[in-house]
Amino acid sequence: MVSSVAEIRASSKTLLAPGTPWRPANTGQVIRWLILFAGGVLMVMPIAYMISTSLKWPHEIYNLALVPNEPHLENYTYVLEDGRFYGWFINSLIIATITTISNILFDSLVGYTLCKFRFPGRYIVFIAILSTLMIPTEMLVIPWYLMSQAFGWLDSYWGIMFPGLMTAFGTFLMKQFFETVPDDFIEAARIDGLNELAIWWTVAMPLVRPALAALAIFVFLGNWTAFIWPLIVTNSVDMYTLPVGLSSFGDEADVQWELIMTGAAISTIPTLVVFLVFQRFIIRGVVMAGLKG
Amino acid sequence: MASLVLRNLVKTFDKTTVLHGISLEVEDGEFVVFVGPSGCGKSTTLRLIAGLEETTAGEIEIEGRVVNHLEPKERNIAMVFQNYAIYPHMTVRRNIGFGLRTSKLTKAEKTTRLEDVAAILEMTELLDRKPSQLSGGQRQRVAIGRAMVRDPAVFLFDEPLSNLDAQLRTQMRLEIKKLHQRVGNTIIFVTHDQVEAMTMADRIVIMKDGHIQQVGKPSDVYHRPANTFVAGFIGAPSMNMLQCTVDGGVARLASGPDIQLDIEVAQGQPVILGVRPDDLHPSGENPFLEGMVTVREPLGPDTLIYVDTPSGEVTAKADGQHPPEIGESVQLSARRDRLHVFDVETGRSLASNA
Repeated sequence: MVSSVAEIRASSKTLLAPGTPWRPANTGQVIRWLILFAGGVLMVMPIAYMISTSLKWPHEIYNLALVPNEPHLENYTYVLEDGRFYGWFINSLIIATITTISNILFDSLVGYTLCKFRFPGRYIVFIAILSTLMIPTEMLVIPWYLMSQAFGWLDSYWGIMFPGLMTAFGTFLMKQFFETVPDDFIEAARIDGLNELAIWWTVAMPLVRPALAALAIFVFLGNWTAFIWPLIVTNSVDMYTLPVGLSSFGDEADVQWELIMTGAAISTIPTLVVFLVFQRFIIRGVVMAGLKG
Repeated sequence: MASLVLRNLVKTFDKTTVLHGISLEVEDGEFVVFVGPSGCGKSTTLRLIAGLEETTAGEIEIEGRVVNHLEPKERNIAMVFQNYAIYPHMTVRRNIGFGLRTSKLTKAEKTTRLEDVAAILEMTELLDRKPSQLSGGQRQRVAIGRAMVRDPAVFLFDEPLSNLDAQLRTQMRLEIKKLHQRVGNTIIFVTHDQVEAMTMADRIVIMKDGHIQQVGKPSDVYHRPANTFVAGFIGAPSMNMLQCTVDGGVARLASGPDIQLDIEVAQGQPVILGVRPDDLHPSGENPFLEGMVTVREPLGPDTLIYVDTPSGEVTAKADGQHPPEIGESVQLSARRDRLHVFDVETGRSLASNA
């Protein structure tokens, strides 16, 4: 049994080592590779088309060939020379960053409290927070709008950000992760004389870094790509976020797909950066080296 | 002066009472070990002392001060956890120094104290490492260091050795004992391992079901167990318990000759006769048990033999080099002063012969 498992799981290193005999793949492997390949194509195609379209002339847009006949960078020059793009980019960056920081702080604070403190009504609070997950954004935009109007938040950063500063999903995620932090750590810190806020910040938070990284990626991407609410709450072109701004390329007589795709291609850069920075923490995993070895 | 006093400590979780009135005085500098099977309340007692749980009733006094309503940090205690609970994201230096974060010492004093502790624990070289770069024993020492650096009135150890392998456990046992002799603070140590209890303690507190069964020096609880539970729990292998009846000063087993006892028991009273395997040997004088050897366990200097007798299976100790063969019939005897007599109903000792 053991040897057969080892055979299937042969590492690429051993497979690629010189002198390894070439063996035909078995049917199971072929099927698995085909499924993975199909999945991979499905994932990559939209991105490939986005980049391809951004390199095409307008008359070529509806030609579905992946490789443009006359590839050129004029679209990029146009988008980057159009002053509005930078403003939208900065708006999106500010909103996504502040929302991410806010979620990391407040979701984890609430999650930690719900997980590590025993107080009456704890369970009810948790269920109440979770139940808000069942209400779709589309249903909430009207109350949010009325609220923004009443507070004078329309067409402002605060108006775009406030619904997402804390999320039920993030709270739930953080609560579940704090469950994996042994109480011994918390109690040891309590005996060492730290107050509860200091325990949360210096002891518990560093131990759930992978979860914080995951949350940061989710929240950042969610806000970076958010469309409906920013579209509704903003009026002036200056306050547009990137997705709203990009869609405005289509406001005129025809939709300028090549410009939209160019903007989209540029706008993936920050998400790539965020992902590359934070995935390190996720892949490293939860290291509980402070516990029994 | 007593550094720790427990008075009628009661702890109830919901409707389950886990501690039924624990009372104990611990002298300054004493090494007291709480031992008992899991669920006996030993860890709960420790957590009450630490202030991690609220007492339901009773009083806890540390250095003459009732601490029931004080926060853990105000109780002048330090605790070492079973899982060590050293922070994986901090270096050894920061982990040990963590205990001093809220102290009022100057920075220079803190550094001196940290370095002293590191020197005592022989960890000076390791101060800049992360816990993941340490072995199990070294991590345990970091946890102890974090407790030591605060120089508390009472050290609390919650089964700190149970995650270590057998060899390391023996070594750490010795280290903790040496450490105690060196620093001299009061130590309350919780374990389920009776060997740890016997080897380390000045006094052992044996607990079961939320009650203290016996408090005494290791030799006391071994040689004069207060009841059948203590007799069975302390000492490995467990004490043999034989049903018998008493007639005057004479005990009578299911078969075999009468056994002279040095104590007076009411005539005809059924009792339990206890004898430790260490005290029961084949081919001594006045044998009182006879049976066939079923299993042998060579231990090196001795061999444990399991003997099928009319009073049930008993364990005895035979010579290591020339033990009786399996299937051989043996006669077992023990010194009269090594016999223990217990009441059948209450399990209480009717005074050991010793």
